[in-house]
Amino acid sequence: MRILGIDSSGLVASAAVVDDDTLLGEFTTDYKKTHSTTLMPMLDQLIKMLGIDIRTIDAVATAAGPGSFTGLRIGAATVKGLAYALGIPVIAVPTVDAIAYNLYGSKRLICPLMDARRKQAYSGLYKFNETNEFIVKKEQEPEAIEDIVKRINLSDEPVTFLGDGVPVFADYIKQNVTVDYDFAPAFCNRQRASTVACLGRKYFDREFYTSAEEFRPIYLRQSQAEREREEKLKKAGNNA
Amino acid sequence: MSDIKILGIESSCDETAAAVVVNGREVLSNEISTQIPIHTLYGGVVPEIASRKHVERITQVVDLALKQAGTTADELDAVAVTYGPGLVGPLLVGVSFAKAFAYANDLPFIGINHISGHISANYIEDKDLKPPFLCLVVSGGHTHLVRVIDYGRYEVLGRTVDDAAGEAFDKVARAIGLGYPGGPKIEKAAKDGDPDSIEFPRAKVADHPYDFSFSGLKSAVLNYLNHQRMAGVTVNTNNVAASFQKAVVGALTDHAEMAIDQFGMDKFAIAGGVASNGALRASIEALCQRKGVKFYRPAPILCTDNGAMIAAAGYFEFENGVRSGLNLNAEPSLAL
Repeated sequence: MRILGIDSSGLVASAAVVDDDTLLGEFTTDYKKTHSTTLMPMLDQLIKMLGIDIRTIDAVATAAGPGSFTGLRIGAATVKGLAYALGIPVIAVPTVDAIAYNLYGSKRLICPLMDARRKQAYSGLYKFNETNEFIVKKEQEPEAIEDIVKRINLSDEPVTFLGDGVPVFADYIKQNVTVDYDFAPAFCNRQRASTVACLGRKYFDREFYTSAEEFRPIYLRQSQAEREREEKLKKAGNNA
Repeated sequence: MSDIKILGIESSCDETAAAVVVNGREVLSNEISTQIPIHTLYGGVVPEIASRKHVERITQVVDLALKQAGTTADELDAVAVTYGPGLVGPLLVGVSFAKAFAYANDLPFIGINHISGHISANYIEDKDLKPPFLCLVVSGGHTHLVRVIDYGRYEVLGRTVDDAAGEAFDKVARAIGLGYPGGPKIEKAAKDGDPDSIEFPRAKVADHPYDFSFSGLKSAVLNYLNHQRMAGVTVNTNNVAASFQKAVVGALTDHAEMAIDQFGMDKFAIAGGVASNGALRASIEALCQRKGVKFYRPAPILCTDNGAMIAAAGYFEFENGVRSGLNLNAEPSLAL
């Protein structure tokens, strides 16, 4: 089975083609350029370099969110255009899960941190058990760094941090984490489309996939206007 | 010569739209999914919500457009998409989808200027219309007076220096409690009002006779409303709507007349969402009759944001040999 992996949820733009147990090719950049100008040219170059026909792709796995709203919609619209044109399914992979899956086989707690602004991180807590089964100990959500660190200290287990939130929160971690901790190295500490494709394959085998029409990014946050409107309505309700 | 069939995609504001058009003139399908009901809750278009809705709808709208046209992707010759001007989030959805769809189908892909799309709606409405002609483009986001030199070639004579005409409609409608979208609501209220009851100013832009300014007019309406309220006078919203609409239509018609006199062209077209306003259509039509100029205006369904106008503009760019790269970005302030 041939899966195209896509991740444009953060600063990284990444595209990969995975054939069962072989990564045919991957193009990953972490450079301040708009994904709308890089993602499709990267995919085009990758396909050309591999000399494959795009119509041989069986499914698209994508980092569905959370992430930058703009990055998520560029990725989602691209994935929809591809999957609709090719008549293939979309596998929506939670972004934070995919980042954690980079550390396959690690015996430590895995704590991805994506900068979510407003002093929060999109984070979750993961582990590989004795048989290297991927365990989601806490599902991805936006959370204050204080609460994330508090939970890790309580766990009393060694932990590895990774993700683009690490540079943002490194000082806080250094000052406040009381358990053994480290930071993952560059080759596996950010979003990678090959990881999205591999985790996506597991989802696909469990028949967890959707169509181009039905696929929705996982924003995990409302727009500011919706938030403010709900607060206003709630206030009005309380005063009534 | 064989027929050229183009899929046009439009998502620059609050309509997700797609259409299939043959040779830039014959519409096979024109699907529009509007978001107006949701934005009405907020009194105007919320960019983040609009972007998310476009993501939800784009595949279905394109699919409907192809099915309605009774065509498949392999019968298309190219994909055209709006890449500006407009709201960046919404634009990115259309651009990203169109690129990927064209790429996977091995089709050429062409980025289109939204204003050029509005102007091109006239080629659909009138199969014999050929450049050169003058065109007044008026919508919620744009007010342009344009000399159409050739297909896809324009000289902008004037544009708004502040609010677009449609924006002024929206803001005034909100101020007199009519709500969103302002254009149709003001037009309806104006029908029961006296356009000569209140004298609102028609702004001129110094040194740039073809440019427009509507923020002064909007402020004049707001000031008038404040004065009336402070004096304890009940405002006749129908009269305000009618007088405001007359001032906008008057400014647009004055500019049109100046351009007709200066450039001596025998064709004048209107385009854009506000071009479906009855008072504006009547005023420009009367002007054209007076001047002996042929008047062109698209049907209302082609005035609102739609994919057919983008496919029409795409056809002429296709014929001009224009192709866009996969690195095409959304350009919110793209100039014509």
